[in-house]
Amino acid sequence: MTLSVKHILSARDLTKKDVDLILQNARALKEISYRPIKKVPTLRGKQVLLCFFEDSTRTRLSFDIAAKRLSADTAVITKSGSSMAKGETILDTIKNLAAMQADIIVIRHKEAGVPWEVAKAFPQISVINAGDGMHEHPTQALLDLMTIQDAKGGVAGLNVTIAGDIFHSRVARSNMILLKKMGAKVHVCAPKTFLPADIDKYGVAVHTRLENAVKASDVLMMLRIQMERQDGFFFPSAREYSKYFGLTREIMKFAKRDLVIMHPGPVNRGLEIEPEIADGGQSVILDQVENGVAVRMALLYLLCGGKEHE
Amino acid sequence: MNEIIIKNGHVIDPLNNIDGKFSVIIRDGKIFDIKKGADRAGSSRAGSSRAGGSRAGANGSAIDVSGAIIAPGFVDIHTHLREPGFEYKEDIESGLKAAVAGGFTSICCMPNTNPVNDSGSITECLLKRACSVGLSRLFPVGAISKTLKGEQLADIGDQAEAGAAAISDDGRSVMNSLLMRRAAEYASTFGLAIMDHCEDTNLAASGVMNEGWVATELGLRGLPSAAEEAHVARDIALSKLTGAHFHLTHISSAGSVELIRAAKRKRINVTSDCTPHHLVLTDEAVRGYNTNFKVNPPLRSAEDVKELIRGLADGTIDAIASDHAPQGLVDKELGFDTAAFGVIGMETSLPVVLKLVHEKKLSLKRMIELFASGLNVLKKSKYSGGIKKGSAADITIFNVNDNVAIDSSKIYSRSRNTPFEGWKLKGKVLYTIVGGRVVFDHEKGISPAGGW
Repeated sequence: MTLSVKHILSARDLTKKDVDLILQNARALKEISYRPIKKVPTLRGKQVLLCFFEDSTRTRLSFDIAAKRLSADTAVITKSGSSMAKGETILDTIKNLAAMQADIIVIRHKEAGVPWEVAKAFPQISVINAGDGMHEHPTQALLDLMTIQDAKGGVAGLNVTIAGDIFHSRVARSNMILLKKMGAKVHVCAPKTFLPADIDKYGVAVHTRLENAVKASDVLMMLRIQMERQDGFFFPSAREYSKYFGLTREIMKFAKRDLVIMHPGPVNRGLEIEPEIADGGQSVILDQVENGVAVRMALLYLLCGGKEHE
Repeated sequence: MNEIIIKNGHVIDPLNNIDGKFSVIIRDGKIFDIKKGADRAGSSRAGSSRAGGSRAGANGSAIDVSGAIIAPGFVDIHTHLREPGFEYKEDIESGLKAAVAGGFTSICCMPNTNPVNDSGSITECLLKRACSVGLSRLFPVGAISKTLKGEQLADIGDQAEAGAAAISDDGRSVMNSLLMRRAAEYASTFGLAIMDHCEDTNLAASGVMNEGWVATELGLRGLPSAAEEAHVARDIALSKLTGAHFHLTHISSAGSVELIRAAKRKRINVTSDCTPHHLVLTDEAVRGYNTNFKVNPPLRSAEDVKELIRGLADGTIDAIASDHAPQGLVDKELGFDTAAFGVIGMETSLPVVLKLVHEKKLSLKRMIELFASGLNVLKKSKYSGGIKKGSAADITIFNVNDNVAIDSSKIYSRSRNTPFEGWKLKGKVLYTIVGGRVVFDHEKGISPAGGW
C-alpha cells in the first residue's frame, strides 16, 4: 500500500486509508527511537529541505530528528538565513530551493497557501506543510490523532473538544477536519472573539463555557494563546482570560475521570492551563511530542516511496 | 472638413432615449446628424469581426457596422494609471491604450500616485500628458487630504481650477469624520463631489478577503462587509448634514446597496458605482490562493452579488467602473497576505458585464447607460451628451455575440493581474471614437498616438 497523495498539504486531502497507513507506519518506526543506536539506513542518500520561514523550534527539530533517524540528509533554511528579507519573491526563493535537488521540501510559512504554491511549482518534489499561517498543520493533527488512539484505543465516537484561540489556530483547523473524518464528535470552546465566521460549518458543536465543553468531553485539547497575535482586542487581559477560559482544577471538577488532556505546545503555563494539570496524570502532552517524531518519520518514509513497514 | 459616416448599426443611446437603426454622421469632431434607417450601400460587415473596416471617401470615411451596437462613449470613472511614481505597473500612455481598447472614451484616474495628485500642478501635468497621448480623454481625480494621510485638506480649490473631476483618497479611507465633513462642504463650494472608498480601517484591520466561511477555511483574515457599510452609513449621514454630493465607489456588499437605496429614497445626495469583478465573482474564487483574486473591497458572497445586480437594475447603483488597478509581478507573486490588492479591468469590463446581459440579469440598454453615465453622475451634469446633434463625437461601437477569450498576454495594459484569465466570453469592442477620431479599431488596433 502507498499513499494516495504526493504531498501532505491539508488534512482534507488524506483518505482514511492514508491516515491508517501513516499511523501504522509511525507505530512501527517509533521503536527505532528507543534503540541504543537510533538510526536506520532506510532513507540514505535522500535530501530533505527544511524551509522554516516562520520561527519554530519543536516542529523543526521534530522533522530534523525524524529525517536523521532514517539517515536522510537535512538542510535547514530559516527566514533570517535566507534572502527573503532582501526583496526576493516567494517564487524566487522556491525556484532556488528546487535547484538544490531535494526529495522532500518541508515548509512552514506565516502566510496561508504558500505550501500549495511550492507544490504547484515543483510537482516532482513532495511537499509537507509544516504550518501555513492560520490555515493548516496536518502533521500536528496526525500526531494528535495517534496520541488519542494510543490513550483511548480508538477515536470514532469520542467527544473531542478543542478549546482556546481557534481563530488563529492552524492546529485547530487541521484537527477539526481530521477528527471529523475519523469519526470523532468534535466540539470547540472559546470566547466569541476566537470563533471564526461560520465555524459551525465544520460540523462541530460550539461552546462558550469551558465547564459545559469539559462535561461532554473524552479528550480536551487546549490551544496556546499566541500573545504575539493578540493586537486585535480579542480578550481584556491574561488574568481575565485564564479566569474565564483557562483550564483550572475548578473546571476539572466537571470532567470525566478518564478525560485526556492535550496541548500542541509550547504551553503558556498558568494562562490557558494550570501547571498542575499540564504536568498531571491525565496529560499526554509529552506523548504528543514523542509521537510527532514517529509520525514525521512515517511521512518521510512513505513519501520517499516506502511501502508498508514490516 | 473631416467626416465619418457610421452605417448600418443599431444605435442604443439611453441618454437620449434612442433605440433603432440609424446612420451617424460625424463632422469635425461632433455629431453632425443621425439618419433614420439602415444604409445598405456599404458591403462590408463589421458586425462580425472577420470583415468590416472603414472605406475612405472624398472627405473622410464610412464605417459599416452592421450587426453592431452604436453606443454613447463609455466612461470609466475609477482607474489607477500609476503615473507618476509606479510606471512599472502602468503609465498614462499604456493606461489610455487599455482604455480605448476596452471601449472607454473618457476615464478618471485616482490620485494615489507618487507624488500623490493632491495639487493643481500635478493635475495639470496629468492632463498635459494625456493630451499628448491623445486616445481616451482623461479626468484626474484629486485628493481629499494632503498625501492621502487624512490629516489635512489637500489644495481642493487649486485642484478644481486645474480640472479635477472629483476628490478622493481612494485606497485609503478617510477615518476622520470631521475632516470628511469639511472636505465635502469645501469641495461642494467648488462643485466637486467626494468620491469615497468606504472602509472602516479599524474594523477591516489586516483582513485580506471577505469575512465568512471561505476565509475561515482558508485561514485568511476577513474583511467584514460591516467595515464598508459603517462608512457608507457615515457618508450618507454626512451628505444629509452638509447637502454635499458623495459618490460611493466600488460598492461591494448587499448591506451597502440597501443603505444607498434607502438614502436615495430620502433624496439624500449620494450616488454609487460598482465594478465588473464584484458582479461575477464571489469569495469562492479565492480558494487556491491566486492573488489575482485579492481585491479591496473583497469579492463577497453570492447574496451580495445578487443584490448588486438588483441595485444596477433599479438605479441604486448609477454606474459601472472598473477600479482598474495594475500591479506588477513583484506586487502579486507573494503570499496572499502580503500581495497587493487590485485587478486590472478596463479591457475586460464590456464582455464581463455583457455576461449578465446574456444571462438576462441586466438589460442591454441599462448596461449601456451604466457604462455611459459615469461622468454625468460624478459631475451631476450633462457632460456626456450621448448621440445627439452637436454633441462631442465620443462613441463606442461593439457587438454582443463575438466570442472572446481573455488572454493577459494580448492586452494593452502594462500589468497582467486579471482575475479573468482564460475566461471565454461574448462581446467585443469594434471601434472607439473620441472627438470624431477612430482611436481604436478592432482590426488595426490603436491609432498612432498623436496629441489632441
